[in-house]
Amino acid sequence: MATPTASEGAKAAPARAGSPGRRDGRPRGFAPRLQGDIGALPVLLGLLVIAIVFRIANPFFLTPGNLTNLLVQITPIGVIAIGIVLVLLLGEIDLSVGAVSGFCAAVMAVLSVRHGVPGWLAASLGIGTGLLIGLFQGVWTSVLRVPSFVVTLAGYLGWQGALLWILGSTGTVNLSDPLIVGLVNSRLPVWVGWALAATLVAVLWLSAWWGGARRRRAGLPPGPSSRTALLALASAAVLGAVLMMSTNRNPRGDPPIVGVPTGVAILLLLIAAFDFVTRRTRFGRYVFAVGGSAEAARRAGIPVTRVRIAAFALGSGLSAAGGVLAASRLYAVNQSSGGGEVLLNAIAAAVIGGTSLFGGRGSTWSAFLGALVIGAIANGMDLLAFASSVRFMITGGVLLLAVTLDSYTRSRREKGG
Amino acid sequence: MATAGTPTTPLLELKGIHKRFGAVEALSGVDFEVFGGEVVGLVGDNGAGKSTLVKVIAGTYRADAGEYRFEGRRVQLLSPRDATDLGIQTVYQDLALCENLDVVANLHLGREQLTPVVPGVVRVLDELSMEQRAWRFARELHVHIPSLRTLVADLSGGQRQAVAVARAVMWNSKIVLLDEPTAALGVEQTLQVKELVRNLRKRGLGVVVISHNLSDIFDITDRIVVLRQGRRVASLETGNATRQDVVAFITGAEFGQSVAG
Repeated sequence: MATPTASEGAKAAPARAGSPGRRDGRPRGFAPRLQGDIGALPVLLGLLVIAIVFRIANPFFLTPGNLTNLLVQITPIGVIAIGIVLVLLLGEIDLSVGAVSGFCAAVMAVLSVRHGVPGWLAASLGIGTGLLIGLFQGVWTSVLRVPSFVVTLAGYLGWQGALLWILGSTGTVNLSDPLIVGLVNSRLPVWVGWALAATLVAVLWLSAWWGGARRRRAGLPPGPSSRTALLALASAAVLGAVLMMSTNRNPRGDPPIVGVPTGVAILLLLIAAFDFVTRRTRFGRYVFAVGGSAEAARRAGIPVTRVRIAAFALGSGLSAAGGVLAASRLYAVNQSSGGGEVLLNAIAAAVIGGTSLFGGRGSTWSAFLGALVIGAIANGMDLLAFASSVRFMITGGVLLLAVTLDSYTRSRREKGG
Repeated sequence: MATAGTPTTPLLELKGIHKRFGAVEALSGVDFEVFGGEVVGLVGDNGAGKSTLVKVIAGTYRADAGEYRFEGRRVQLLSPRDATDLGIQTVYQDLALCENLDVVANLHLGREQLTPVVPGVVRVLDELSMEQRAWRFARELHVHIPSLRTLVADLSGGQRQAVAVARAVMWNSKIVLLDEPTAALGVEQTLQVKELVRNLRKRGLGVVVISHNLSDIFDITDRIVVLRQGRRVASLETGNATRQDVVAFITGAEFGQSVAG
């Protein structure tokens, strides 16, 4: 089936050179080793620890209401982090994601509020602006060979200025378009949530079963045995999440609040879509190849420059989408949109979730898991009324741990090869 | 694989190749030919012109003068792509593999097979076909890697070399150029690579091996071509030559010059 990526690699420790691997070609072992791709395992453990710690400190942490709130809180950052993952996979960086998210949200807001553009069009144009920005920055770094760090740092400053300029003297634009506002603040009917979850789970199991059958027919060795366990875990998580979000979050009030928030569904849809693009399409393969060795990719005939430009364009487009969602949540765009912690949280989310800063390793699911970690820490700290200072320090510590782990496993692998 | 090189027509024939870089004459009137089913060793000291010749053959450089014939026809190579299209594959010393991808992905790098998911709209990687093809070539070339889904980063040096060579051979290649294939390898891994080279010969390919390691050269080649200061100074049948002969040609001792010259 699909090429094992970082998260699956953890479950499919490959037969190591020189070691007595199994002759039937099946990757050996279930237990991930510290000398390879451990991918998503540390994050999952981290989330478990966080859940336990905060639950002990404040029982409200694990209530459906709070957990759903948490998912809504991380939606904008999660979407931006998907864009970060794409750029990181190339081995590049994009420091402009926050500023771009704010600026493109402002474009949408100004079009909608000051020029009466219909919500769907305004949002699309906002995202389109993001794609163009990414195209521009991508060309500047890939064709003119200016390091992406510098180009996107200039973007960080420049698009921030553009945000202030477009907002004008009022400094704030309040959104009222029902579609835009509803992107994050509305909820899907309960049956729709169940239908989506059931479809997703069914599709996953069917394709796994069918893929296995095709492999057997083709005489190929079966895929890693841990894949089924991973699938079971993922299915349980999806169904459990929908169940939680379908219960009434407002038991003592009226009306009842039930259903999957639309924004959360959008986030998960985007993650699934880009996971498909990165792992199953030729373009995604090219992104990984360029991130692994641009020289090898070039010699193999891969259009490296075009791949880079496309990845930057998509990355900024996703930043814009995240900005639109953030604006929706806030019911407004203001001068601090996209500023502050957005950039660092998005990068931290991608890296904590398991995407490597050095390129070539990672998955879009890492964006989700990492955002969950950061969001959970923030959410838990708020519940415990901790000062922001503590939250910053802890999040910083977690990020440091994640990068160190990535660096360590990478160097162990190089020595062992 | 059938080849167009018959006992009389070489698969590849270069005549009178000149290549200069500024004031430096890297190649002066060099002839070079490879027959199908033959392994040619290309030896010479540093600066003798080996890599330049390889790059001319691979299409990376264009010769300033001289003839380039492939399967008897005169051809003009404008880029490495032209050479690859003809079936001339080069495996450079750095192997050009992507360590973060598995063996199947590396074997198909740049040549991925696609299959439609939504007819006419969405095409995805045809992992199954690619893996089947990879297994087929791994078996045919006796490449010993337990799982082709292993990431290249987890392979030993010899296995990586095998993957790089297998990739060079998988795509209708007729000539394979190997640049220092055993340089970084241990004893066991070197044996694997040599076996691979013999396999290529059996398949009727023309193989060129550039190496500083004369014992490897004597082990696997049919013919040895020696370059010195941009000129071809010898073409010896491996079976009839001795190491002293070859070293003499490399250093110029046969012309009565001192060994250090």
